Amino acid sequence: MPYGRSSIFKYGLSLDQLAVRAGQIPRPGPQIGPFKRSEPDLAAPHDLLPLAEKFQSWKNLADQSCLDQPVPRQIESKLEQLKTIGRELAMGSHGGFGQSKEFLELVKSIGESRSKSEEDRIILREIETLKRRIVEPDIPKRKMKEYIIRLVYVEMLGHDASFGYIQAVKMTHDDSLLLKRTGYLAVTLFLNEDHDLIILIVNTIQKDLKSDNYLVVCAALGAVCRLINEETIPAVLPQVVELLGHQKEAVRKKAVMALHRFYQKSPSTVSHLISNFRKKLCDSDPGVMGATLCPLFDLVTVDVKSYKDLVVSFVSILKQVVERRLPKSYDYHQMPAPFIQIKLLKILGLLGNGDKHASEQMYTVLGDLMRKCDASTNIGNAILYECICCISSIYPNPKLLEAAAEVISKFLKSDNHNLKYMGIDALGRLIKLSPDAAEQHQLAVIDCLEDPDDTLKRKTFELLQKMTKSSNVEVIVDRMIDYMISINDFHYKTEIASRCVELAEQFAPSNHWFILTMNKVFEHAGDLVNIKVAHNLMRLIAEGFGEDDDTADSQLRSSAVESYLRIVTEPKLPSAFLQVICWVLGEYGTADGKYSASYITGKLCDIAEAYSSDETVKAYAITALMKIYAIEIAAGRRLDILPECQTLIEELAASHSTDLQQRAYELQAVVGLDARAIESAMPSDASCEDIEIDVTLPFLDSFVQQSLHNGDQPYIPEDERSRAIDISNFSNQGHRESSTHGLKFEAYEMPKLPVPSHPPPPVSHVSTELVSIPEPSYSRETQFSPTNPPVPSSDAELKLRLDGVQKKWGKPTYPSTSSSSSGYSSSPANGASQMESAATSTSTSRPGETYKDLKKAEVEISPEKQKLAASLFGGSTRSEKRISTTTHRASKGGGHSTEKSSVLKPSAASTTKANIPPQPLPDLLDLGEPARLSMVAPLTDPFMQLEGLLDQKESGSSGTCAVTDGSNKEPDIVSLYSDLHMDEQSSQSTLNPLAPSESNSSNLRRTISGGLAQATKGPNLKEALEKDALVRQVGVNPTTQNPNLFKDLLG
Amino acid sequence: MGIRFILMVNKQGQTRLAQYYEYLTLEERRALEGEIVRKCLARTEQQCSFVEHRNYKIVYRRYASLFFLVGVDNDENELAILEFIHLLVETMDRHFGNVCELDIMFHLDKAHFMLEEMVMNGCIVETSKSNILMPIQLMDKTS
Repeated sequence: MPYGRSSIFKYGLSLDQLAVRAGQIPRPGPQIGPFKRSEPDLAAPHDLLPLAEKFQSWKNLADQSCLDQPVPRQIESKLEQLKTIGRELAMGSHGGFGQSKEFLELVKSIGESRSKSEEDRIILREIETLKRRIVEPDIPKRKMKEYIIRLVYVEMLGHDASFGYIQAVKMTHDDSLLLKRTGYLAVTLFLNEDHDLIILIVNTIQKDLKSDNYLVVCAALGAVCRLINEETIPAVLPQVVELLGHQKEAVRKKAVMALHRFYQKSPSTVSHLISNFRKKLCDSDPGVMGATLCPLFDLVTVDVKSYKDLVVSFVSILKQVVERRLPKSYDYHQMPAPFIQIKLLKILGLLGNGDKHASEQMYTVLGDLMRKCDASTNIGNAILYECICCISSIYPNPKLLEAAAEVISKFLKSDNHNLKYMGIDALGRLIKLSPDAAEQHQLAVIDCLEDPDDTLKRKTFELLQKMTKSSNVEVIVDRMIDYMISINDFHYKTEIASRCVELAEQFAPSNHWFILTMNKVFEHAGDLVNIKVAHNLMRLIAEGFGEDDDTADSQLRSSAVESYLRIVTEPKLPSAFLQVICWVLGEYGTADGKYSASYITGKLCDIAEAYSSDETVKAYAITALMKIYAIEIAAGRRLDILPECQTLIEELAASHSTDLQQRAYELQAVVGLDARAIESAMPSDASCEDIEIDVTLPFLDSFVQQSLHNGDQPYIPEDERSRAIDISNFSNQGHRESSTHGLKFEAYEMPKLPVPSHPPPPVSHVSTELVSIPEPSYSRETQFSPTNPPVPSSDAELKLRLDGVQKKWGKPTYPSTSSSSSGYSSSPANGASQMESAATSTSTSRPGETYKDLKKAEVEISPEKQKLAASLFGGSTRSEKRISTTTHRASKGGGHSTEKSSVLKPSAASTTKANIPPQPLPDLLDLGEPARLSMVAPLTDPFMQLEGLLDQKESGSSGTCAVTDGSNKEPDIVSLYSDLHMDEQSSQSTLNPLAPSESNSSNLRRTISGGLAQATKGPNLKEALEKDALVRQVGVNPTTQNPNLFKDLLG
Repeated sequence: MGIRFILMVNKQGQTRLAQYYEYLTLEERRALEGEIVRKCLARTEQQCSFVEHRNYKIVYRRYASLFFLVGVDNDENELAILEFIHLLVETMDRHFGNVCELDIMFHLDKAHFMLEEMVMNGCIVETSKSNILMPIQLMDKTS
């Protein structure tokens, strides 16, 4: 690429001009040729046009010329180039700024290289030259400086320049400021702070910190920030502290930053100097004050409490900045010191978090800022965004929240993707405080979700994750999984997979759904998720959901078995998933009698064969085989070992892996036992038994006593042991402390006292370690049982707590499951709850009317996006309006995606028969999963039943319409209680396609917690009906009735 | 630590300036630059100027043939960083006068000096153009 076209702002810069830039030749007169056009255009408005505009125009210009430059122009520029080269040659080796011809050539060839390999060739040649030249004696200093810059080039372009490091170090010793600074620059670019050569620079830095020339001091302070490590801090610390009071503000500023660096490196070394930052906040120079905000931000992040007193100062500084009290030079695009404002807002957000008193002090200035801020510039929006972050972090103030919501809606409505991104992010923050904030932006959010821009999409997923609740978890997780499948970036795939798991564990509406979801996650990202997720899944299937309902559990198990048998035929499943499959097949493969032992064992053999390189899977498979044979023998059936199983067992018995061998032999031994022996050796379903572990190992007491009696040393627990050692070493410690830096003289860690006869307290270790052992044997598995507290391990970030699953399905954890409908509406985390409860109240007061409206509304189809909105945000009365917008937009834009057309069809069908009792819409929660829909599809039309119920209610038989599927007429409350669990399973599958499952689960939870089965049942049903009504309402479009709506919304 | 690195890369993906605020080995830098440049250069004008990469974000801005890429922590204000890039460009523009890629290539040291004034320890410390340029102008005078 010729030079002329690679200029940043203006195209058509000729090599002549380049030479001027490089200091080679004096600036020439008026330019000729094609570049004349752009040159005066750009030069003239320099001071007149706002800079932003100027840049924009250049940018456009540049892009255009880049694309449309005609061929002759290129030739001309080539000619131009040749001319300049000639001129350069004539100039000789030294130019105005001391840049030699060689350097010019180097830069030029790098600039012109068209491929990485060409660039590499140039650099390799350059390395050769430099290696030769740099060791020559008596190199003039300027020449040396150039060599060092050339070394910087070498490193920057990815090659090793370590041969020249020492020259850069030497250059820092130079007296000339420019050379010294160049030396420091090169050193900071080349070396990390632990490099051996640093020791040679520390001395120079010390000397330079004392220099009379403040620029030298500044250069040294800059180097301090980059080169001083923990050990060398004491060498420069006193001088740095002294420089905090230097008369030049530039020096004070850099000294503050150097101290900040020390704090980052090793907080303890500067802990006594922290107060300096407070002092420097009041520095007379705004630059120093602005820089001080950086360390203060770090300090406040770590320890909020100690800095509450500074709230007043920060607020008053912010106020002054906003009032333009700072020098004009800090203005950026007419905004007073925006970067300082942003830093201040960040700090205020931290200080006001959860502190009403502190927050109240900020309200005024935040309000002012929000009002005054210019939303037409990027920087104004950056400040507005920071304001929102601050407002949503501090103690909430309704007015400010309102203002924030307004700004967010502006962001989201913008065409600018950057602003949309900021809006989505800000919405995610605001949603914690005002849950219904997302409600009015549903369409914008969905637009962002479907945007081809990955960044925006991910941010939107983040937002969705924050607003997930049990009513929309299915849509959200489905979307996430779809996206997860579509991407290749392992880092993000892992992240999104663990998010899916987390959400599924937290909000799963049904066990069945949970298992299907986990299957999908495992299938597509099994190797990326934490193995604990697999163990959790196994445990879940084994234990059910903490309810004493065996039928539901066995249903769950057989559905798991069924799904695994289907999946297992697919190629290349991840190992973790196969382990789960093997384990579940082994435990429950034959449990429901649907599949014969030989069928299951055949499948297990297939797995072991297909993944013969994976020993863990093989181990799981053979243990599963053993379990099935044991179950068969225990049940008194004749054992029929398939020939391929026999082969597998024999093969594993001869395996190189001792683990596999042992398993094979164990299997052979078990097969030889009789039914009674097997029943006690491998009791069925033993994985659910809790095993109590007594850590004190009481059965060893007598042995210990005996040993003590014989004169053995008593056992010292591990933690006390190390302390004892510390104490014994204490005398040395003071000694060591005195020589703080320099070499480390600390001895290696003391050897632990060997205590062979006493096993250390094993339990906590055992449970974590066992996880990784691929042995699903009964006793070990049970260690996950609730007797063990959750392991606070490094996996905390994945949130795969062992107790998590149970808690989630057991007791109500979600606010919306509170036991009365008034509590329902007050739930803070629920985005649509208010709407829902509002709708509830209206429809309870006049159910007939709502229903009529609904029927009317049924006429139009809902576009798929609308449904997505409804399912994400929950139905709402207000959403009606917005929905009309979607239709409009969708019809304009031609719809967003086609994937869901199959789901759309049923609803389309329903419109054709508007007068017939309305058909149930397909499950809104099941978007994009028609296959699953069919799996849970009810046999009878549950909607009809529900309709009947509604009529019943209208006619006065309120409250006790307790019959859902006619199976449940038991008057006895206790048995009702247990029945309900069963019902939950079945009713969920029947109701699911109609009502948001939230009502179901809350229904269930209420029953469990209250035990007032009879009393709550009626209202719950009603709720379910109303939800259903809402859902249908959402699925309609009142365009024909109310066309004016568009104007309000779109105009 | 907000800013992790600042890169200037041209349209062909060639590095024109690189400043890291945390130490990376040569190989790591090479790999990182290759990866993110590929990511950013593939994006269109309409798309966000932000890209998530591993556990941090890249804010980038294009000026004709040159891309400015800034790697920042996740809690950084992206829009502000975007404007910071512009401030950097304006500052360079004031010094060089209609700055272009070659100005940076020929005066790599000066471009670095400006950055050194503006960013320390990964934080933005100076945003006043006159303060940023003063030491450099003084140095020009004396040398």
